[in-house]
Amino acid sequence: MHASILPLSTSNPPYSTLRPHSSSRLCGLQREAFGFCSPPQFRSRNLRAVPAKTHSRRLSVFSTSNTAAGNRSSAPASFDYDLVIIGAGVGGHGAALHAVEKGLKTAIIEGDVMGGTCVNRGCVPSKALLAVSGRMRELQDEHHLKALGLQVAAAGYDRQAVADHANNLASRIRGNLTNSLKALGVDILTGFGTIVGPQKVKYGKIGSSDNVVTAKDIIIATGSVPFVPRGIEVDGKTVITSDHALKLEFVPDWIAIVGSGYIGLEFSDVYTALGSEVTFIEAMDQLMPGFDPEIGKLAQRVLINPRKIDYHTGVFATKITPAKDGKPVTIELIDAKTKEPKDTLEVDAALIATGRAPFTKGLGLENINVETQRGFVPVDERMRVIDADGNLIPHLYCIGDANGKLMLAHTASAQGISVVEQLTGNDHVLNHLSIPAACFTHPEISMVGLTEPQAREKAENQGFEISIAKTSFKANTKALAENEGEGLAKLIYRPDTGEILGVHIFGMHAADLIHEASNAIALGTRVQDIKFAVHAHPTLSEVLDELYKSAKLNSHNTKPASEPVAV
Amino acid sequence: MASLSFSSSVSSSIPFLRPSALLLRPRPRPPSRLPPVRAKIREIFMPALSSTMTEGKIVSWVKSEGDVLSKGESVVVVESDKADMDVETFYDGILAAIVVSEGETAPVGAAIGLLAETEAELDEARARAAAKSPSSPAPAAPVAESPAPAPVPSAADLTPGKVVATPFAKKLAKQHKVDVGKLAGTGPFGRVTPEDVEKAAGIAPAPKTNVVAAAPVATPVAAPAAPAKAAVSYPEIPGAKIVPFTTMQAAVSRNMIESLSVPTFRVGYPIATDALDALYKKVKGKGVTMTALLAKAAAMALVQHPVVNASCKDGKSFTYNSSVNIAVAVAMDDGLITPVLQDADKLDLYLLSKKWKELVEKAQAKQLQPQEYNSGTFTLSNLGMFGVDRFDAILPPGQGAIMAVGASKPTVVADKEGFFTVKNQMLVNVTADHRVIYGADLAAFLQTFMKIIQNPESLTM
Repeated sequence: MHASILPLSTSNPPYSTLRPHSSSRLCGLQREAFGFCSPPQFRSRNLRAVPAKTHSRRLSVFSTSNTAAGNRSSAPASFDYDLVIIGAGVGGHGAALHAVEKGLKTAIIEGDVMGGTCVNRGCVPSKALLAVSGRMRELQDEHHLKALGLQVAAAGYDRQAVADHANNLASRIRGNLTNSLKALGVDILTGFGTIVGPQKVKYGKIGSSDNVVTAKDIIIATGSVPFVPRGIEVDGKTVITSDHALKLEFVPDWIAIVGSGYIGLEFSDVYTALGSEVTFIEAMDQLMPGFDPEIGKLAQRVLINPRKIDYHTGVFATKITPAKDGKPVTIELIDAKTKEPKDTLEVDAALIATGRAPFTKGLGLENINVETQRGFVPVDERMRVIDADGNLIPHLYCIGDANGKLMLAHTASAQGISVVEQLTGNDHVLNHLSIPAACFTHPEISMVGLTEPQAREKAENQGFEISIAKTSFKANTKALAENEGEGLAKLIYRPDTGEILGVHIFGMHAADLIHEASNAIALGTRVQDIKFAVHAHPTLSEVLDELYKSAKLNSHNTKPASEPVAV
Repeated sequence: MASLSFSSSVSSSIPFLRPSALLLRPRPRPPSRLPPVRAKIREIFMPALSSTMTEGKIVSWVKSEGDVLSKGESVVVVESDKADMDVETFYDGILAAIVVSEGETAPVGAAIGLLAETEAELDEARARAAAKSPSSPAPAAPVAESPAPAPVPSAADLTPGKVVATPFAKKLAKQHKVDVGKLAGTGPFGRVTPEDVEKAAGIAPAPKTNVVAAAPVATPVAAPAAPAKAAVSYPEIPGAKIVPFTTMQAAVSRNMIESLSVPTFRVGYPIATDALDALYKKVKGKGVTMTALLAKAAAMALVQHPVVNASCKDGKSFTYNSSVNIAVAVAMDDGLITPVLQDADKLDLYLLSKKWKELVEKAQAKQLQPQEYNSGTFTLSNLGMFGVDRFDAILPPGQGAIMAVGASKPTVVADKEGFFTVKNQMLVNVTADHRVIYGADLAAFLQTFMKIIQNPESLTM
């Protein structure tokens, strides 16, 4: 699963009151932030990188805020490290690797376990469970097997062995990650890191003496923890978060999943494959509110309706009590709009998948006049931390879930690399609209860029047309060979320029297929160019090939943008 | 879905592509038995959405039964071989009945729903739908009459006045038109389970119980009535945990059931093992295991008694096997497997022991190839290490005989002259298929086996 989930699917009512005032910083709310929340000027700035004049502006910003900082306390003259990263998750790791490549003397501070959420309690172990659920689904689908001419005796599983697989995978990846840092000469400092002043960090285990290191630049990459709305009592046994669920300590007969974002969906895939029945509780009126509506509708038809799943939408879970004294888990639901009590559910277990909250407590942000917003560290589009007065703090950056721009593991890593680029003299702004996201259900869902409603809104505001192209997996040879024709790819583009605004895929291996589209967005490749790229036959990638080819551009713009090179 | 812009899907289709044109036309040849009112009830057909479409799947009903439809509205989403299409009506009316429900498939032209023109026709239409509906079981009435054992309303008092049903139970109930509100749940906390709904809908539970019930036929008269009751319900012990069979366990279960069709008998034989024990002490250091010794001895005896190495595959003939392959039962964490020592008569003890070690390692790693566990011609099962002195083995299907070896222990024996001595003795018990192996065959084989064990020098040659 992804380190990030849509807090939109939360059932915590008072969210809106907690929204940050700063315009660029709504963005714990995932990609919606880009379409709905941020003002147009923010979006356009965010779209493409590096005009030369920004560079000079940046320098001036630095000098002014330097003096501001100087008033509070003085920065050291020489530094222990060029770069200290607080947090050794995927973001910190990505930043550290790139920093070493760029010749920076780097240290990474880790207070918990190397690898952070993704490796230990997120993407990695969940993929192990989903690998099991995918195979179980195949082996249990008699109709499908029969169509392929296969006969398989009743499939079964050993819960402990499945759990061990997930755990072993996490330890292995954790080992790889630690070794890669050590091999490159990154110092791993153990303990919780706290910023004590400009360019100064102390670290140490609780109860032992603290060490202080100085660094020319500091990156905060402390990530996030599961978000549990008020009124929900998590006991780790019958009322659990993804942290517990990934250990797969038991497979309940009936589990309620609060939130139908990435985490909730992926766990519903795992649990139903292992024989549980699932009830979704979703605060929005539709399941899967973060997805393109058309994709969500299709996904619901395939991932929800035929499975042993039911759902309550437009409701908040105000109180969840764990099972005890021979009573089941009880969940009290109220109507999301009227706040009237609606229903009480009795189930065997409840998984809280309402999103993730930033883990930024104890960072010492108060020492440098930074106020978090709902726990998120405010940053600008270059991940530079903004203090309570709206000024940039020099030499301090925040990446990943802790800044909440787009809570995905690979976003953190990309932001870290972007910061290191800036530190080494190349201005760089990450285009968040080119970051793909994937949900590893069976079949998978993936997306990059805008959803159709977001694109329509943008088009309306900026006065351009959009067009939609769609292709079905039903027409793809490889998908049919696998007997997995259920699926859809959707392209949202500008017919006047050929710019790709968004691509959404639901179908077999969608998570692997999205990168052709995300690369195209990142590199600014237009539909009329990419449609001439060749795809191997027969492969699933032809779904995208067909998608680009079916896009209809306004006639004056149909020539390839660049002249083909003769060889 | 539902789009004519669906690039690849529809480009080739010609006039078929106006779904609305196909939908709600009056039946071409109404059956004459229908009452005159029929003209007001229209059938909704599965449309042909492409030239190659022969059947379609109902993706979803946009409208529910009882909804008022007006011309041009989408009623149902149909999935063809190429794409999903919204299908619209061009008659006003009321969707009286859905004949083919979501997820089901119907051939092109088949009625998938009924449209009544006015409310007056609703009942009439519904009656017709009930007669037509292929999937819904006969209406609930017969179910109610059947003497279904009243489920124990044990935990119902936990949630007075409220019925809790699991998601799948609700789905099944909708599909089979069962009212969960009228069921007393038998699941945890009195909730209605999918099994409860199936029972109420009169759907037979998993058929496997029938096999068990059919085996012990008590009296011919009682038999027809008995299975129905006996098969349906075993008393449920609260708190019991159900763990599905693993693949291996399922295979064992299948084989065990299959073995019931073979007429078997058993012959036991006591064998002194002092000489064998002495030999074992000598060769143990060279890696020879007791399993290899026993397998080798059995193989040598089988060479002299080929009929015991034979099997009956079709009920009409002997199958004499050319090689002597000794399968040896090995207990695993989650079941049982029988790695096979192939050509055990031809290999010497050392090779056999080495081979055995490899097989056990492979078995534990679950890497045995099929011919390494299913090519046995005779099976050896040894529970002696647990102190078991004698037991019966079940004959594996496809083999002629299986030998069950008990523990060797000091036993007082009297010789011909009446002198008592204490000797180590083990009991072996062979189960055999009497269609091919008779009592005398087995007795002779056991006698040979006894001689080899009691004079084991030949084993090392």
